[in-house]
Amino acid sequence: MVHDTQRMQSLAERMAEDEVAGRSLWADARRRFFSNKAAVIGLALLAFVAAFALFGGQFAQWSNEELDYNVMGVVAQEGGPSLANGHYFGVDELGRDLFARTVQGTQVSLLVGLVGALVAVVVGTIYGATAGYVGGRVDAAMMRAVDVLMAIPYMFVLILILVMYGRSMIALFVGLGLISWLEMSRIVRGQTLSLKNREFIEAARATGVSGVTIIRRHIVPNLLGVIAVYATLLVPLMILTESFISFLGLGVQEPLTSLGALISQGASTMAYGTIWQLAFPLLFFCLTLFGFFFVGDGLRDALDPKDR
Amino acid sequence: MTTPLLSAREIDVTFGTTRPGDMPWTAPRKLRAVSGVSFDLAAGKTLGVVGESGCGKSTLARALIRMVPASGQVLWQGDTDLLSLSPAAMQRYRSEIQMIFQDPLASLNPRMTLGEIIAEPLRTHRRDLSRADIRDRVRRMMDRVGLLPQMINRYPHEFSGGQCQRIGIARALIVEPRLLICDEPVSALDVSIQAQVIELLQELQRDLNLAILFIAHDLSVVRHISDEVMVLYLGRVMEAAPAERLYAAPRHPYTQALLSAVPVPDPAVERDKRIIPLTGDLPSPMAPPSGCVFRTRCPRAEAACAAEVPAPGPGPHRCACLFPGTITADEVA
Ligand SMILES: Nc1ncnc2c1ncn2[C@@H]1O[C@H](COP(=O)(O)OP(=O)(O)OP(=O)(O)O)[C@@H](O)[C@H]1O
Ligand code: SF4
Ligand SMILES: [Mg+2]
Repeated sequence: MVHDTQRMQSLAERMAEDEVAGRSLWADARRRFFSNKAAVIGLALLAFVAAFALFGGQFAQWSNEELDYNVMGVVAQEGGPSLANGHYFGVDELGRDLFARTVQGTQVSLLVGLVGALVAVVVGTIYGATAGYVGGRVDAAMMRAVDVLMAIPYMFVLILILVMYGRSMIALFVGLGLISWLEMSRIVRGQTLSLKNREFIEAARATGVSGVTIIRRHIVPNLLGVIAVYATLLVPLMILTESFISFLGLGVQEPLTSLGALISQGASTMAYGTIWQLAFPLLFFCLTLFGFFFVGDGLRDALDPKDR
Repeated sequence: MTTPLLSAREIDVTFGTTRPGDMPWTAPRKLRAVSGVSFDLAAGKTLGVVGESGCGKSTLARALIRMVPASGQVLWQGDTDLLSLSPAAMQRYRSEIQMIFQDPLASLNPRMTLGEIIAEPLRTHRRDLSRADIRDRVRRMMDRVGLLPQMINRYPHEFSGGQCQRIGIARALIVEPRLLICDEPVSALDVSIQAQVIELLQELQRDLNLAILFIAHDLSVVRHISDEVMVLYLGRVMEAAPAERLYAAPRHPYTQALLSAVPVPDPAVERDKRIIPLTGDLPSPMAPPSGCVFRTRCPRAEAACAAEVPAPGPGPHRCACLFPGTITADEVA
């Protein structure tokens, strides 16, 4: 008898342990994402570019600063891509190894894009969710401020910052960060407004959950999809902006470089027959942008299945 | 007589509404969603609140728990006026009064598991409990409302409407409230499921001595669960009475019209039933008719009805009509 009771108890415990794992909306979205070919290709591209940026340096035969005196002066004839002398991507106009330079440029471009997007995500989400949730005058004031900031031509401000505070990475991050969160905060606010009137928020308010907790526990998790999509699409926009700035000659300063700066240099020497100086940075630039756009689109489709 | 658990006195809710395109300085137009509503609700009893869509049922419920600004008094056990408490002091009563909602799925956060959803009121009000304690209580509550405790890690979208409403009930009851406000809890469910959910509510009410404020938009749903029924029209009480009396001998023409539209299971009664048609549209709540708000659709309306606002009067059977009484032959279509 005692034995039986014990067995029943252990059975009951085992049953209780045997909880069915739920299929979260994230799991559903992941499945949809991976059944989307373009998205998977995009992800593969990004993985390749990331691996190149992180580990490419270990395969380089030359550092990004060394000048190869063998090819100096005869870059157009001798400086092309070659396995023999270790310049896989050729050399730039000064005789530096373009492979190492491209690795470095990719690192910087990715960093710029990711930092810009990160600022947008953190600042934009908190700002937008607060404005949307609090509502009323606070919301009106906060969003008018965003309107005003958005009305300022940001390229102009960015250039001004870079001219005034020197062309450092920090100035670039600050400048990009200042503008990147504006659009994000608008999107987040709009989504928050529509979430706010949903019954589950009302349910939480009715039992006395505090405003901060509601934003953290109920609003933000339901915004993550939109935020993720927008952030992935924002990274390439940041990279593009930085490249444009670099193209104007205002971006990161030598010896640092970015894909945009490399493309700019490559384009300026194109006429001398050193097409590889443009082609390789441009290739990585395109791979990166395509990757992010494909992944962003894939995320959007995966998280918002209503479209199909 | 014992003190009622909750007494509402002259509850008024006015919204200022702006239309798109209004200038910021235009004075908002006043919408009186609830006006002069009073009732008593004792522990273990059910008050049914009935009225057409937009008559202010949800607003009344939300006024009681201070989700919308309201004037009047909401007395808890006859002495504490909930409407005049500080937000911090109100917090305690937010666990005593719990609510369940009309749309079962929409009232559950799609990103949270069942366990997290049901535990939320506990995590808010019982900070002293350990995680294991909470999980244990959640499991027991799930079992209590007819959900398999193994489902604790599942997400709301994996459940049917009826099950979602059970989740909502579990979430409401986990903090052992004394008053449960049900805002059309079964309107979105299939008829067969409706009966199950109502049965569950009744069973829980008996076991926990719960007071229930049960909102519905037609009289048939609240019939069996209610001890008392209150009929609202444009935010005002038209008639309120103990359930048997209201169904057997309604005195207000609006109640009579609503009742005549309810199908009766007995075919003989159904055949002899006298239907009173409700003519005309619901007036805009922005510009309610003068005098008796029901007069634009009332078959019994007279000149006096436009001049004087009928008072519901005291007593167990309240009826806000100048000419209360049984249905007359010429009102029947
Ligand atoms: N926050 C608000 N601001 C302005 N008007 C509101 C607000 N909430 C409700 N109203 C108005 O108050 C009136 C009553 O609405 P309420 O939601 O209480 O009706 P209801 O009886 O619950 O209807 P239903 O059966 O459709 O749920 C409606 O005219 C509605 O438009
Ligand atoms: S007061 Fe007049 S209009 Fe109002 S319900 Fe009674 S009879 Fe009808
Ligand atoms: Mg309602």
